[in-house]
Order: sequence, then structure tokens, then C-alpha cells
Amino acid sequence: MNAATLVRHGLQKAFGTGLQSQRPIAPDTTHGTILYLEDVTVSFDGFKALNALTLYVDVGELRCIIGPNGAGKTTMMDVITGKTRPDAGSAWFGQRIDLLTLTEPEIAEVGIGRKFQKPTVFEQHTVLENLELAAAGKKSVWHTLLKPLTGAQRDRIDHVLEIVRLQDRRDHRAGMLSHGQKQWLEIGMLLMQDSQMLLVDEPVAGMTPQEVERTAELLLSLEGQHSVVVVEHDMNFVRSIARKVTVLHEGHVLAEGSMDQVQNDQKVIEVYLGE
Amino acid sequence: MKAPTPLLNSLLGERGTQIFVSVLVITAILVPILHLAFPQSSPLHLSSYTMTLIGKYMTYALLAVAVDLVWGYCGILSLGHAAFFALGGYAMGMYLMRQIGTRGVYADPVLPDFMVFLNWKELPWFWSGFDMFWFAALMVVLVPGVLALIFGWLAFRSRVTGVYLSIITQALTYALMLAFFRNDMGFGGNNGLTDFKDILGFNINAPGTRVALFVASAIALGLGYFACRYITLSRAGRVVQAIRDSESRTRFIGYRVESYKLWVFAFSAVLAGIAGALYVPQVGIINPSEFQPINSIEVVIWVAVGGRGTLYGAVAGAVLVNYAKSYFTAAVPEFWLYALGALFVLVTLFLPQGVVGLADRFVPRRREPEPEAVRA
Repeated sequence: MNAATLVRHGLQKAFGTGLQSQRPIAPDTTHGTILYLEDVTVSFDGFKALNALTLYVDVGELRCIIGPNGAGKTTMMDVITGKTRPDAGSAWFGQRIDLLTLTEPEIAEVGIGRKFQKPTVFEQHTVLENLELAAAGKKSVWHTLLKPLTGAQRDRIDHVLEIVRLQDRRDHRAGMLSHGQKQWLEIGMLLMQDSQMLLVDEPVAGMTPQEVERTAELLLSLEGQHSVVVVEHDMNFVRSIARKVTVLHEGHVLAEGSMDQVQNDQKVIEVYLGE
Repeated sequence: MKAPTPLLNSLLGERGTQIFVSVLVITAILVPILHLAFPQSSPLHLSSYTMTLIGKYMTYALLAVAVDLVWGYCGILSLGHAAFFALGGYAMGMYLMRQIGTRGVYADPVLPDFMVFLNWKELPWFWSGFDMFWFAALMVVLVPGVLALIFGWLAFRSRVTGVYLSIITQALTYALMLAFFRNDMGFGGNNGLTDFKDILGFNINAPGTRVALFVASAIALGLGYFACRYITLSRAGRVVQAIRDSESRTRFIGYRVESYKLWVFAFSAVLAGIAGALYVPQVGIINPSEFQPINSIEVVIWVAVGGRGTLYGAVAGAVLVNYAKSYFTAAVPEFWLYALGALFVLVTLFLPQGVVGLADRFVPRRREPEPEAVRA
């Protein structure tokens, strides 16, 4: 490596100029599995939030994760999105991308989007601007300063507005939306990011029954095009959308299968459903 | 890129900006006419003192716009922006010093008076080149810009934010003040640089030169304002405001928050440097007291009083507070700092949107232009 290359690499590292110019690599999912978590262990001061957790998610699958409080659901999301580093185990996105080596924005770039429990939209920005901020594409300073959105990105925004049914709210400030609408806007932002995989944390908490129903429709409509992992407490909601359910307990998988199967599983009844 | 017309429309598509542009253009035309065209005996004559004062306010307004960009839009509360202003001022001051030539007290053709006084035999290396205007102008931009890049890179990369960042910006300006106070730094110590004679070959005290400096300040303010307005209206501007509202969320959707903050901070520092460079020839002196920590805090007060997050508010705040300062320091000098403190407390408590927010409350407002218009 000569001096000039060295300087350029240094500058890129310092100012983040070059890195984002190329679209990140897509996950290799030729084996039909998009997420591999194997033997993941996370401990906080001796307490094992995740205990040798092993979990696979298929491409295009809609998976529900349930479990009592402290079962490790949120910690699992944190590991996948790079917020928490596990003490042991591995996390792969497709067969090629090792999530444990990537930073949070890099994980977002390769195609994993997360919706937090509390809606975290940009309240001062309009609905349209929120979607625009989340739009996939080059995100460097110079690019956003000088280039308008591409036609494809605009079309995508219109399409997403339709999916999350916020067309007539596009120029409203996001802070003015109802709780449910904020949740949908946030799901819309994940769709704008072109995330192949969506992690959705308690999407129906605090929603009215109509909003819950609408959210179920929305998530079901994403099945096939996106792999969706939903963490939820509301059992009726889970029943209404789940194809396959994973029950977590004390940091590992207790049972996995269809809703009927896990409901009739003796261990599950003991720790969770039978309460 | 679209045609320039929609861009212009969106840049001007805000009442505050329209008022700002109108006032600026009228001032830039009327003040020189009143100064030059009417004899001193005429009641319509505007004194050179008043014109210079307004010119000074305009450089302050540019500084306020720069601070508003980093604070009001990006959420970085910089309490050290006067340092960039002073650095720009020093770069210009060094050029002006070298133009004095043999007209100094010691009549040394190369060395400024204070160097002869200190018994220096030759010009320090960092003074070379400053005899050329283009070089000085380049330094006006580069010195504050590069310092901001280095400082910002260190601070933002380590994710220093909030009050901690404010404190280290205060430390930055304080450290520079101490350094510039030292005689052996080679910047004239506590006397600073003064006694200027010429700028670009013109007598700096001639009415024509003063008018030119005044108009240059107006143009710099206008250009700086619209550069900031363009930034805040661009997609990058919306990212910057997203960073202000929720930094971690912005990082999460894939933006490199550090590089956004860094470039905004550096650009703002450059604007502050340009403001300082225009300030110095008009007031005729630059000394280390410009680096005082209180100066940077005052700028933040101007922006808060005017209304942060609106560029025209920053301009209004800078002019209003400085007008009040000119008045108070002449009438009741000992009272000024109390008034300033009280003003800051009152604005924070009762006018979180500043005076422009107050104006908005009383004057019924047309609905915000549809964001459609700004999608340039």
C-alpha cells in the first residue's frame, strides 16, 4: 500500500466518504435461511439474558417470538442489530454476512431493520420526510446535499404510503399522528430501507382493536417479500398472524412450531400459557 | 438538477426570509447613498460611524447565522464560535498589518511595529504570504475550517455531545485567548493588530472604502444566509435536523452522523471566519479579547433571543441584542451584563421560539408552504 492510498483510506475512515458509495452486499440466502443464530450467550453481571440460544429464520417467513418477561426477546433483537455483543456464539445474516463484525449502521445497510417497542419516528419531520430519511440509497453528506431523490425512490415512497395507509397524512408532522399511525409509519420506514428482514418489537402495544386488526393485515401483507420477526405479548394478535411460533424462556428456545403445537406443549403450558 | 427557478422559489418560500432579503437589499443600497450622496450638513446624511456600526451588526448577523446552523439545526451547542470569528479576523488583520509597510512608527518595510518593538529580526514563518490578499483570504477560510475539522473530528468521533461538547468548545476559545495574549506567539500580544492603513491599495478610512466594506458585509451575509438556507432545505438538512432530534435513531437508519456533524460544524466555522474577516477592517482592530469565552456565549444568546432554528431569527437576534448593547453600554454601561443575563433567562422561560416566534404568534400566518415546493 503506497502513501496516497494510505491517506485516502485514512480520510475515508475519518470522514466516512467512500464507504457508503457502493450498495452493500446482499445476504446470500441460497439455502433458504436468512438468519442463523447459533449458541448465542449474553450475560449481564452473571445473569444470562441469552443462554446458548439457537434460532433460524427462513427467507420470507413471518415468525412470532413469544415468551414471559425476561425471556431474552429484546436482548436477542439487540444482538441481531449490533447493539449488544454476545459473549459466545455466532450470528449470520444469510451464509456470508457475519453480523458480529458489523456496526449498527452497517447492519441496517445490509438489510436488517428494527422497529422499537416505543415508536421512534422523527416527530418534527413530516410523514413524507420520515420516509425520505429512511429511503435506501446513498447516504453520504455530499450525496444528500446535492442530489434530489430519484424517481424510483419517489415511487417507492408513494407505494409505501399506500401500504401503511398514510397517503392523506403525507405532509403532516409525524408528531401529530396517533400512536397506531406512528407505529405504521415506522414500519413504513423499515420498508423504505429495503430491509430484507424486519424485526418488529411489540407492534400492537397500546393500539385500539381496529388498529390491531389493521396491523395484522399489514404484517401479513409483507410475508413472502420480507422476512419478519415479531415479538409480541398479545396472544390473540399472535394467533391471528402466526405461521410459526418460537417460545423463548430463560434465554433459550423452549418450543417451536405452529400456534397449536406450542399451545399444547407441556413445557410451554407450565411456564407461559398456563399462567 | 431542476431549473434554477424552483430552487429560488423554495429558497425564498418563507416569509421571514422574504423580509430578511428585502431589509438587507434596502439597507445595502440606501445606507451607502445616505452616506455618500448627502453632505454632512444635510439632515439625511448618515454618519460614517452609523454606517460602520450597521456593517458591524451585519458581520455579527453572519456569525449568528453560522451558530444557528450548528445549534438550531444540528443541535450542537457550540460555545466557541467566536474563536473561529476571531481567527478569520486575525488572518485579515495580518494582511492589513503587512500593508502598513514603512508608514509604521518604526518605519520597518517588512516587520510590523510590535515585532520591531520586541527586537525581532525577521518575520516569523507563519506571517509569510500574508502580504498577498488572496493568500490572506484563503487563510480566512482555511484556518477556521481546518481547526473545526480537526476539533470536530476528535470530538464527534468520540461521541462527545451535549453539555460536554459545549464545555470543550469553551476550553478551545479560552486556550486560544491565552495563547494569543502571549507576546512571543507573534500576533501582537494583548494589543493585537491595529493601526491599519490600506486594504487592496485603498485607504481604509476613505468613505469609498468604507462603503465597499459595508456592501461586502451585506453581500457576505446574504450569500452565507442562502448557503445555510440551501443546506437546511436539502435532504442533508433534513438529516441534520433528524440528528438534532434523535441522534441514535438517525445512526440507526444508516446515516454516518459523525460526518454530517463534522461538515456542518466546519462549514459554520468557515462562515464565522468570513464574518470575522469583514469585521476587523471595519472596526480597525483585532485583539485577543475577541477570544473571550463570554463572546461565544453572547452569540448563542443572540440566536436564542432571535429564535433558534430559523435563520432570519438569528439575524434579527444579532441585530436587536447588539443594538441594545450599543445603547446600554453608552447610557448605563455597568448595567449591560445584567440586562444581557436577564434577557437570556426571560427568553428561555417565556419565548422559547425567540422574538420571531412571538411575531408569528401575533401575526396570523399563512400555512407553511407545502413541503412539495422544497423538494429540490
